[in-house]
Amino acid sequence: MTSERERRFVGPHRGQLLFVLTFLTLSGVLLALIGQQTTWVKQTALFAQPRFWPAVAVGGMVGLSALHLWRLPFRRVGRNDLREVLRWAQALEYAVWFMAYVLLVPLIGYLPVTLVFVSALAWRMGYRSRRMMAICVIFALATVVLFKALLEVRIPGAFLYEFLPDAWRSFAILYL
Amino acid sequence: MDLILSALDILMRWDVALALLAGSVGGVLIGAIPGVGPAVAIAILLPATFSMDPIVGLTVLLGIYGSSMYGGAIPAILINTPGTAVNALTTYDGYPMTARGEPRRALSLAYSASFFGGVFSVLCLILFAPVLARIAPLFGAREIFLAALLGLILVVVAHRGQALIAGALACFGIFLNTIGMEPVKYTQRYTFGVDALGSGVNLIVVVLGLFAISQAFFLLIEEDEKIRLTKLRGGLFQGLRELARHPRVASVSAGFGVIMGMIPGVGEFTAQFMSYTYAQKTSKRPQDFGQGSSEGLIAAETANNAVPAAAMVPLLALGIPGEALTAMMLSVFYVHNVVPGPALFQNQMDFVVALYIALLILNVLVLIFLLAATRSLIQVVRIPNRFLGVAILTLSFVGVYSLRNSASDCVIAAGFGLFGFVLKRLQLPAVPIILGMVLGGIMEVKLRASMARVRTPFDFIDRPVAFILFSIIVIVLVTHILRIRRDMADLKEAEWQTKTSSTRFAALLLRRRTSFLKEHGRRVRARHARLLRRLTDLF
Repeated sequence: MTSERERRFVGPHRGQLLFVLTFLTLSGVLLALIGQQTTWVKQTALFAQPRFWPAVAVGGMVGLSALHLWRLPFRRVGRNDLREVLRWAQALEYAVWFMAYVLLVPLIGYLPVTLVFVSALAWRMGYRSRRMMAICVIFALATVVLFKALLEVRIPGAFLYEFLPDAWRSFAILYL
Repeated sequence: MDLILSALDILMRWDVALALLAGSVGGVLIGAIPGVGPAVAIAILLPATFSMDPIVGLTVLLGIYGSSMYGGAIPAILINTPGTAVNALTTYDGYPMTARGEPRRALSLAYSASFFGGVFSVLCLILFAPVLARIAPLFGAREIFLAALLGLILVVVAHRGQALIAGALACFGIFLNTIGMEPVKYTQRYTFGVDALGSGVNLIVVVLGLFAISQAFFLLIEEDEKIRLTKLRGGLFQGLRELARHPRVASVSAGFGVIMGMIPGVGEFTAQFMSYTYAQKTSKRPQDFGQGSSEGLIAAETANNAVPAAAMVPLLALGIPGEALTAMMLSVFYVHNVVPGPALFQNQMDFVVALYIALLILNVLVLIFLLAATRSLIQVVRIPNRFLGVAILTLSFVGVYSLRNSASDCVIAAGFGLFGFVLKRLQLPAVPIILGMVLGGIMEVKLRASMARVRTPFDFIDRPVAFILFSIIVIVLVTHILRIRRDMADLKEAEWQTKTSSTRFAALLLRRRTSFLKEHGRRVRARHARLLRRLTDLF
């Protein structure tokens, strides 16, 4: 039966204990490394020490997350927590999609990779009608035109563009 | 008058006009799509604004910030889903109005109330600007440190029931800001020998990860929602007439919005809560609140739209952002070497007034756009969630990669995207991390500067503004501790009331004796003793 303490807990119950344990462990590791990763400069006031603010921050992380763990109404990792971790892991797939997009743009070019990325990810999400595919192509084109051609954000020309004919190369590097 | 004329002179440019139009229309569209929100849009557009003039870039971002709440009211009223987080309270009275067949009245009232809130706050602040210009120079290093500390404490304690973990996340933000080369003694901090960490963790990379990429992951994993839209018939002008019948609720709510917006770390939610409570307590029909009350809708919408202009005050006057959106805008100032703070208010007052006038024009543009285009605009609500996820992920790439063309920035952003996704799943706040990052840096510099002139601890608060800020910090902390004690007493009382066994002392002793005598109790005690022995043997 759910206790009063659990009922009053703000937010979902699943995954909380695992998150706090992980956060506390990593904070503890950072605190243990403070001697190696920061420097104590002699003849310098405490507040001007390079170690002072990392110590305040990591100390705060350890102290406050430990207090949060102590006040947490859950003490055991249950099946719901493990299911929640699997849910977190699902997001990894999209992180991989994103990184593939990042790595392919400098090689193949912003416009072609964006066209393929948007359409492929939309296909993966289950949008397979011709209408949705057309929307994906229009969206990809609009994004590239807006950001690269109009707003001139800094996205370098791709390696593949070097093999284009002279007249096309500079246009592709600047606008595609 | 001269000040207003020179401010208008700054705004009389075609690129500023275009920025105003793009910001207002874009902001409304972004607000109207549930699942995007101004934070995601501002995070994505931030690097694109770096190549613009400060006034143009800030107008676009302010436009999105100020107009997204207008747009956010549309799905809140029509489909009971707030377009932006601050429109949550709009659903309380807006959706019941739609349910009883008055969507047009609800939308019209929300637009009118939002317009009143926006214009009221801008006018207040234009009138208040000369006073601010006089107060701002009273803020030295220690006052700015205390104001930043106050902002951070307020953000943490505002998360009721989650203050401890919000504090830990704020400390995590401060920690992120310390990573890299320390600028005074030139020593490395937490770089682990990795070159990419030598220049520190970029705020925009973290913002994009925590707000945009995490939101994309969240939408991609969720299912698409089925949406049924109500048809709108008739004009949308009746709200202005209805608003005129509730001048007290509208002006008090706008006042709460202005005051709460000016206090760093407080913002829309507190302003809305206070306005709504005030409107309900003073209403002749308090029973209608939550059932489609026009006063409730006015209170919620007026208060949240009065905040954006006011939230610019601590940012411009002290260089202290009060929440995540103004923290992002701070980076636009830094990129253009315009340092917000007392000097900006003293030397470039026309720039400050120009920003406020831009906000004023923006409110007018948004109202006209909404009155003319609401019927077509409501169709954006139909965009499927997961397609939005694809779009946000694609646009996030522009935001992160265009900063420094660095793949390692993208890895860090993806990492923060995953972290933000976990925070979203657990309903934990990401805002304290961003504020910790921004305010942590300010606090480090200002504390170092102020401690050089301080001999005893009391010297730190011997100036009037410093003393007032210190007193407010103490009051906030004491109030928070008292509230926790009250909550704990409530909890204890509730636990005692729900207990099935007797709470008498004699009954407690009887149960203890039974536990000692029974076989199970003996086994438990033996197991505990064994574990304790094992533990003590370790030492």
